[in-house]
Amino acid sequence: MSLGNSTVRRVTAVTAATAVMALGIAACGGTTKNSVAKSTPTAGNTASANPNAATRKGLTIAYLPKQVNNPYFTTSDNGGKKAVEALGEKYKEVGTSSGTDTAGQVSYVNSLTQQRVSAIAVSAQDPGALCTGLNQARKSGIKVVTYDSDTNPGCRDVAISQASSVDLGRTEVQLMAQQIGDKGQIAILSAAQTATNQNTWIGYMKDELKKPQYKNVKLVKIAYGNDDAQQSFQQTQGLLQQYPNLKGIISPTTVGIKAAAQYLSGSKYKGKVKLTGLGQPNDMRSYVANGTVQAFELWDPAKLGALAGYAAIALASGQISGAPGQTFTAGDMGKYTIGANSVVVLGKPTVFNKSNIANFHF
Amino acid sequence: MPDTTVKPPAAPATGSRRPGPRLSGAIRWDTAVGTLLVVLLICSFSFVDNFGNALNISFLIGNALPVALIALPMTALVVAGEIDLSVGSTAGLSGAVMGALWNDGLAIQVIIPLCVLLGVVCGLINGLLVTRLGLPSLAVTIGTMAAFRGVAQIVLGSNSVTDFPQQYLDFGSGRIGGTFIPDAAVPWAVLALVAVLVLHATPVGRSLFAVGASQQAARFAGIRVKRLKLSMFVATGTVSALTGVFWALHYASARYDNATGLELSVIAGVLLGGVDFDGGKGTLGGAIAGVFLLGALQNVMSLVNVSAQSQIVVTGALLVISVLAPRVGRQVAQARARRNAAEDPPPAAPPPS
Amino acid sequence: MTVTTDQEHRARPAGGSGSRKLLDTVLKVRELAIGAVLVVMLLATQLDNSDFLSQQGIKDLLLNATILVLVAVGQAMVVITRNVDLSVGSTLGISAFAAGDYLSGGGNPLVAVVLAVLLGAALGAVNGLLVSLGRVPALVVTLGTLYIIRGLDSVWVGSRQITASQLPSGFAGFGHDGLSVIPYLALLTAAVLVCVAYYLRAYRGGRDLYALGSNPEAARLAGVPVRRRILTAYVVCGALAGLAGALYLARFGNVDSGTGTGYELTVVSAVVVGGVAFTGGSGTVYGAALGALLLTSINSVLPSIGVSSVWVQAIDGFLLLLAIAVDRVVALRVADLLRKRAAETRSARHA
Repeated sequence: MSLGNSTVRRVTAVTAATAVMALGIAACGGTTKNSVAKSTPTAGNTASANPNAATRKGLTIAYLPKQVNNPYFTTSDNGGKKAVEALGEKYKEVGTSSGTDTAGQVSYVNSLTQQRVSAIAVSAQDPGALCTGLNQARKSGIKVVTYDSDTNPGCRDVAISQASSVDLGRTEVQLMAQQIGDKGQIAILSAAQTATNQNTWIGYMKDELKKPQYKNVKLVKIAYGNDDAQQSFQQTQGLLQQYPNLKGIISPTTVGIKAAAQYLSGSKYKGKVKLTGLGQPNDMRSYVANGTVQAFELWDPAKLGALAGYAAIALASGQISGAPGQTFTAGDMGKYTIGANSVVVLGKPTVFNKSNIANFHF
Repeated sequence: MPDTTVKPPAAPATGSRRPGPRLSGAIRWDTAVGTLLVVLLICSFSFVDNFGNALNISFLIGNALPVALIALPMTALVVAGEIDLSVGSTAGLSGAVMGALWNDGLAIQVIIPLCVLLGVVCGLINGLLVTRLGLPSLAVTIGTMAAFRGVAQIVLGSNSVTDFPQQYLDFGSGRIGGTFIPDAAVPWAVLALVAVLVLHATPVGRSLFAVGASQQAARFAGIRVKRLKLSMFVATGTVSALTGVFWALHYASARYDNATGLELSVIAGVLLGGVDFDGGKGTLGGAIAGVFLLGALQNVMSLVNVSAQSQIVVTGALLVISVLAPRVGRQVAQARARRNAAEDPPPAAPPPS
Repeated sequence: MTVTTDQEHRARPAGGSGSRKLLDTVLKVRELAIGAVLVVMLLATQLDNSDFLSQQGIKDLLLNATILVLVAVGQAMVVITRNVDLSVGSTLGISAFAAGDYLSGGGNPLVAVVLAVLLGAALGAVNGLLVSLGRVPALVVTLGTLYIIRGLDSVWVGSRQITASQLPSGFAGFGHDGLSVIPYLALLTAAVLVCVAYYLRAYRGGRDLYALGSNPEAARLAGVPVRRRILTAYVVCGALAGLAGALYLARFGNVDSGTGTGYELTVVSAVVVGGVAFTGGSGTVYGAALGALLLTSINSVLPSIGVSSVWVQAIDGFLLLLAIAVDRVVALRVADLLRKRAAETRSARHA
C-alpha cells in the first residue's frame, strides 16, 4: 500500500503537533489521579431520624432492577410489590431490557426523579455511573435504596445485601470442598469481569481457600461467561479441556451455573465433575434430579425485594435516615439493623439439595 | 425547547443542488421530521406531567448528546455513500484508554488529547482499509467494531474508573446555571454549526454529495474521492473518541463496555432524519432532528411509563418507516407521472387555453 | 497478506487453460485456505493440550458449531444476493421460545421444530417483502426488524423462561446425543448444508441468486424474477434461523427473552470470513459453514490453551478484517492477471 499521500502526511503532522502539545501540558503539571485523591471529600451519614414516626401513606416506591424480564429480578421485584402494596403504598417497576445498558439505567433514574416518586430501589449496573443521577434524585427528596448490586456508598441512603459477601464466598467454598473431599483442582465460572458482586465473592472464596483445611484444594482458573448461556457453555468446556483433572466448578451466577449444569449433564463429566454456586431452584431442579448437581445455594430473591421495599418505606417515612445502628421493622420478616456503611444484610443463604428443593418455587 | 433543535427545519433551504422531484421528496421528509419533533415537544409540554421543566429538558439533551455528536460526521459519511459501524466501539476504546491512563497517574489534560489522537488512528484504520484496499465500509467497520471493543477489554479489563476530577465530571453532567442547557451542549452547538456550514455551504460538502450520488462521475469531475472519504472517516473516528471522553465524564464511569450499541442509535437517528442510505441525499438538519426526535420520544415514553420493550418496537418501526415511506411515496409519484404521461403524450406541451 | 497471494499464484496450473478455470481454482483455494487454517489451529491446540481432540472434545466442537452453521448458511444465501439479514438473532430467539412454550405445554417435539421453522420463515418473508417490494436498503430494514422482533419477543415472553425441566427428556437428549462422536444436531446441520449447496449449484433458482448479486440490473434484464428470488433467499434464511432456534432450545435447554441477542454480528462475521463477499455474487455456503466452524472453534481453542476470554473479541475482529483484506488483495491480483492474459490473447490474435 502506498501512503505517499498529502492527506496522510497532513494527518501525521497534526498528530505529532497534538502529541507535542499534550506532552507540553504534562510538563507543566496537570490534574492527575493523585492530585484529585487528596481533595476528595468523604461522605458520611449522620442525619437523625425518628424511629417512632408513623408510616406515611400514599408513597410510591419505584423498583429499577439491573434488567427487566430477568427471572431473578422479576421474583425479587414481585416480593417487593407484595410488601409495598401490603402497606397500602404504590409500587412500580421500570428498567432496561439489557443488563449492561448503563446509559439506559441512568435515564430511568432521571425519569423517576421527574416523576417525583418517594423512593427508588435500584440494583446498579455500575457502582459509579448512577451516582450523579441518584444524588440529583436525593437532592429533590427521593430516598434511594440499593439491592442486589450496590453503588458507591455516597450515592444511596441504605444498601440491602442479599447475604454478607463473606458468608457467600466462604459457604460456596465449603459446599464445594465437602463434595470433592477437600482435595483436587477447582475453577470458578463467573459472569462479566466487571461484575462487582462476583468479584467481591471471589475475593472471599480465595480468602477461605487459604485456610489449612483446604491446603489440597487448588483454584486453577477463573473463567468469565458474561452471563450468556453460550459463552458460559464454551468456557465450561474450555475449563474441562484445559484441566483434565478438574474436580469441581463454582459458579456464583445463576446464568453461569445453569449453563454449566446443562453442559455437564450432557457430557461424560456428569456427576464426576462437581458443580455448585448460586442458582435458582426452578432452573436447577432437573440437574439435581439427574445427579449433575448435588447442592447449591441462594438467598430468597423475593425476601430481598421485600426488604428493599420496607427499607424504602421506612426511609420515606423518616423512621430511619440510613445511619448505622438504626433499626426498622420489615413486616413479618422481623426487625433489621443498619450496619456499617449503611448496609442491611438479609441473612444467611439457603442451601438447596435433593431433599429440600421440592419445597422452593422461585 | 432549545433553538439548536428547532433550527433544523430551516436548514434544508441551504441545499445548493439542482431542484428536482427526487430532491423535493428528500426535503419534504426532513422538514416533516423537524415538524414532528416540534409537534411532539409542544404536545409533551402540554400533556405530559413533569416533562416541561428545565431539569428534564437538560436530561433529554444530555442523553441525546453522544448520539447527536457522532451523528454530525456520520451524516457526512452516509451522504458520501459510506458508513461507520465502529463508532460505539471507538468511543468505548477511548473511554477505556482514558480510564487506564488515569489509573496510571497521567494528567487529565494529557489524557484527553491522547484519546482524541486515538480516535484519529481508529478513523485512519477504517478509512485506509476502505479507500486503499477498496473494501466495503460495512464489512470493514463490523470488523473494527469487534476489534476496537476487544482492545478496550484488553486495555481496561474488569476495572471501572470513576474518580475523575470533579470539575470535569461537573462539565460532563452539569448545566448552565438553572437553565435547561447542559454545559456540554455549547461545544456541541459550535461543532454542529461548523458541520452544517461544511456540509451545505462549502465545496467540500458539495463534493461529498457528488461522491455519494455517483462516485465515478465525481472522480471524472476532478474530485479526489479517496482523500475525501479518508478525511471523513478520520473525522468520524475523532468525534467518536471525543464522545467516548464525554460519555465517561457524563456517566462518571469509564468501562470497556461504555457506549455499546451507540452505533445503532446514531444510524437510526441519521436515517430517520431523511439521509439516504445509498448516499447523495440528505441534510444535516434532518439528521439532527431525527436524533432529537428519537431522544425526545424515549424521554416521553419513559415518563408515561411505556416499558423498555415497547420502546424497542417503536424505535424499530420508526426506522423501517423512515426508509420505506419516502421510497413508497416516490414510487407512487413516479407511477402517477407515468400514467399522466401515457394519458397526454406531449407532456412538455403547454396546456390548451 | 502478500505471502498468501504468492501461494495463490504458484497454486494455479502453469499453462492455465482459461479464465474460468483460474477463477474456479481461486475460489476453491479460498475454502481450502480456511479449512487449512482450521486444521492447523486444531492440531496445534491438540499438541498443546492432548485432551482437546478427545471424543468429548470433537463432539463439543461439532455441537458448538451446528447452530451458527445453520444460521450462517441462510445468511450466506441472502448475502450472495447483495443483501443482508440482521434480524436473524431476534428470529432465533423468538422461534426458540415459541418451540419451548409449545413443548412445555406437553407438545410433540417434531411439531415444535416445525413450528419454529414456520415462524422463522414467516419472519423471513416479512423481511423479504420489505426488501424486495419496498426496494429499501436491506441493512436498514433488517436493523429495524431486529428491533421490532426483539421488542415483540420481550413483550410476549416477559420474564418467563423455558428451563430444561420443562422439556421432554428425549428432546434435551437429542441436543447432546449422537452416533459415537457425531451428534445428531451435526448430522441434521450437514444434511441442510448439502441440500442448500446443491440447490445453489444445480438449480436455476440458485444460479439466479448469484446472477442477482453480481449485477442486479443485468439479472433483471436477463429475465431473472428478482423479487421472487430475493424473497426466497430471505424465507430460507428465516426458516434456518427458526430451525437454529429449535436446536438452541435442545442444546442449551434454556430460553428467555434475551436469547440470541447480538448473534447477527457473529453470523455476519462467519459468513464473511467464509469468503462470501458483502458485494454479492460470490462465495459458497460451504465456505460460510467453514467460517462458522472456524469462529466457534477459536472460541473453544482459546480457553483450552488457557488464553483469557478477554482476547476473544479482539481476535474475532482482526480475523474478520484479515479475511476481507486477503480476499480483496487476491481478487485484485486475479483481475489483474486475467486482464493481462486477455491482452496477450488479443495481441496474439492481431499478430
